[in-house]
Amino acid sequence: MSVSIAEDGAVARTRRRPITIAARLAPLIWVGPALALIIVVVLWPVVIMVHTAFQHISPDGFILGSAGWKNFVYLWQEPDLVPILLRTVIWVATIVIGTMSISLVMAQLFNQKFPGRRAARWALIAPWAASVMMTAIVFRWGLNANNGVINIMLHDLGLLKSFNSDASDWLGTPTSAMVWMIIVAIFVSIPFSTYALLAGLQAIPTDVYEAARVDGAGAWRTYVSITLPLLRPAFIVALLINMMNVFNSFPIIWEMTRGGPGHQTSTTTTFMYQLKQSYIGESAAMSVVNFGLVILIVIVYLRATVWNKEAAS
Amino acid sequence: MDAAIPAADLAVARSLDEPSVIKRRQWPAHSLIYAGLAYIVAIIFLLPYVEMIIAALRPANQILDRDYVPTHWNFYNFIDIWSTGFGNNLRISLEVAGGSTLLVLLVAVPAAYYTARQRFRGRGAFLLLVLVTQMFQPTAMLVGLYREFLSFGMLDSVAALILVNAGFNMAFAVWILNAYVSAIPIELEEAAFIDGSSRLGALFRITLPLALPGIVTALIFTFIAAWNEFIVALTLTTSPTTEPLTVTLNSYIGQYQVDWSHLFAGSVISTIPVIILFALIEGKVVGGLTAGSIK
Repeated sequence: MSVSIAEDGAVARTRRRPITIAARLAPLIWVGPALALIIVVVLWPVVIMVHTAFQHISPDGFILGSAGWKNFVYLWQEPDLVPILLRTVIWVATIVIGTMSISLVMAQLFNQKFPGRRAARWALIAPWAASVMMTAIVFRWGLNANNGVINIMLHDLGLLKSFNSDASDWLGTPTSAMVWMIIVAIFVSIPFSTYALLAGLQAIPTDVYEAARVDGAGAWRTYVSITLPLLRPAFIVALLINMMNVFNSFPIIWEMTRGGPGHQTSTTTTFMYQLKQSYIGESAAMSVVNFGLVILIVIVYLRATVWNKEAAS
Repeated sequence: MDAAIPAADLAVARSLDEPSVIKRRQWPAHSLIYAGLAYIVAIIFLLPYVEMIIAALRPANQILDRDYVPTHWNFYNFIDIWSTGFGNNLRISLEVAGGSTLLVLLVAVPAAYYTARQRFRGRGAFLLLVLVTQMFQPTAMLVGLYREFLSFGMLDSVAALILVNAGFNMAFAVWILNAYVSAIPIELEEAAFIDGSSRLGALFRITLPLALPGIVTALIFTFIAAWNEFIVALTLTTSPTTEPLTVTLNSYIGQYQVDWSHLFAGSVISTIPVIILFALIEGKVVGGLTAGSIK
C-alpha cells in the first residue's frame, strides 16, 4: 500500500506543484511509527513528569489537587539537598575527567600494532557488555569487610591490618565509599570512551603523520600538534555522552551503598529515586531539576555535533 | 611513538592483508612492550568477571572463606538457581529483549531508509529529535514513565518494558542505519526501478541486503541494552513473577542478607550470551553510536 503512495509522491513532484494529500502523508508512513514511539516513550513522560511536579500527591498515590510550587519549596528545604547537589557535581567531574584521561592513554596503546591486539581489545568489552549493575555488585563483594578479595589482597600486601574493622569496611564510611564508587564508575566508562577515541584515531589519515616525520617532528610533538587536534571531535562527543551517562548513573550507587548512610553517598539521581518511594510530587520536582541539567548537556552536545552542517542539508 | 617506526616497517604493515606475511612477520621490540602493557590492562578489565565466576563456583559453606579460590569447586549454584523461578525471569528477559529488538527493527528501518533517501519537509526536525533522544536516558524521567504506564494499566507488563527499551534504543538504530543506507549508491535502486521493480521491491532486494551488517549491529546492540536494562524494569515491575533477570538478581540482595551464591551464578548465566553477542559487533558499535556526531 505504501508503494503506490510513495510513487505518487515522486510523480507529483515531476508534474507541477499541486502536492496531493497522499504525497504529504508519504513521509508519515515511513517515519510515523518512529515518531509515535518517541512521543509515547520519551516526550510524553516528560510532560507527565513536569505536571506531577506541580501536583499534591499522597504517599499512597492519591492526587489531592494542585500544589503550585510547593514541591519545589519542600525539595529546597531538604537539609540534604545542597550536599547532594555538590556531590553530584564532584561525582560527574571526577569520573568524566578520570575516564577521559585514562582513555586517551589506553586508546593510544590499543592503537599500536602488537601481537594479539584483537584479543586484548576484546577483553576491554567485558565491563561494557556486562550490566553495570553486576559490575557494581562484584565490587561490593570484593570490598566486603570480612572476606572481600580486595581486602584479602590489601592484607597480603601488608596494607590492611585486620578484617571486619573500620579500615576494611570501605563502603561503610561515606568518603571511602565515594572513592570506590568513583573508581567503579570510571572502570565501566573507560571501554566506550577508549573505543570512541580509537575510532577517532583510526580516522586520522596516515599521510599526515608521514608529513610530520619528514618535517622531523618527534613523537610527543606529533601527538600534541597533530593527533590531539584531529581527535577533538571524537573526544568531545565521547566526553558529552559520558557526562550524560555518569549524571544519570544509578546502579553503581544503588548496588554499593543505596545512597547511604543517610543520603551521604547519594547523587541527585538516586535521591530522586528515594523520594519517589514516599513523596512522588517532590521526586518529580527533583526530576524536573535533573532534567533541566540534562537539557543543558544536550544543548552543548547538539552544538558540538555536526548537526547543523550535515543532517539539515 | 608512531614516528619512530622505520619506513621499511610501514611497508610491511601495508602488506598485512596477505595472511602469509602476518605469519612470518617479526614483531619489533617496542611492539612486544605494547603487547605486555595491553595484556596487563586486559587482565585488569577481566578480573572482576573472573571473580564473579569464582564466587559462583564456591560451595555454599565456603562462600565467606577468606581465600582467593575455594578449596572445592561446585556447580551446584548453577543447578540450584533454576528452582527459584529463575527460568521464568530469564524468559521475561528474553521476551523484553527480543520484543524490543523486533520493534526497533520495524520502526527504525523504514525511518532510517526514508530519511537517507528522501528530502521531505520536517526531515531535519525528525533527525534532530532522534539525535536528542540518543542523549536522553529513561533514568531522568522515571517518575513520568511510572505514572504514564500506571495510567495505561501497564505496570508489570512485558509490553511496557518493550516499548520503553525500544524507544530509548531506537535513536542509535536510526542513526547507524541512516549512515549505512546513505553509503549505498542510489544508482543501484534506480537500476532496479528501470528494471520494473517497485520501491519496496528495490528496498527488500537491493538496499536491505547491502545494509545487513548495519541492521545486525543495531539489533544486537538493542538486544544487549534491553537485556541489561535495570532501573526501568525495577520501576515498572512490582512482583517477582513479572520482572526480568536484572531485577531478580537485584532482589537477591536483601536488607540484612545477600544471597551471593545465586546472585553470582545468575549473573554469570546472564552475562555469557551478552559477551558473545557483543564480541560479534565489537568494532561497529562506536562507529554507530557516534555516527552523525563525529565527522
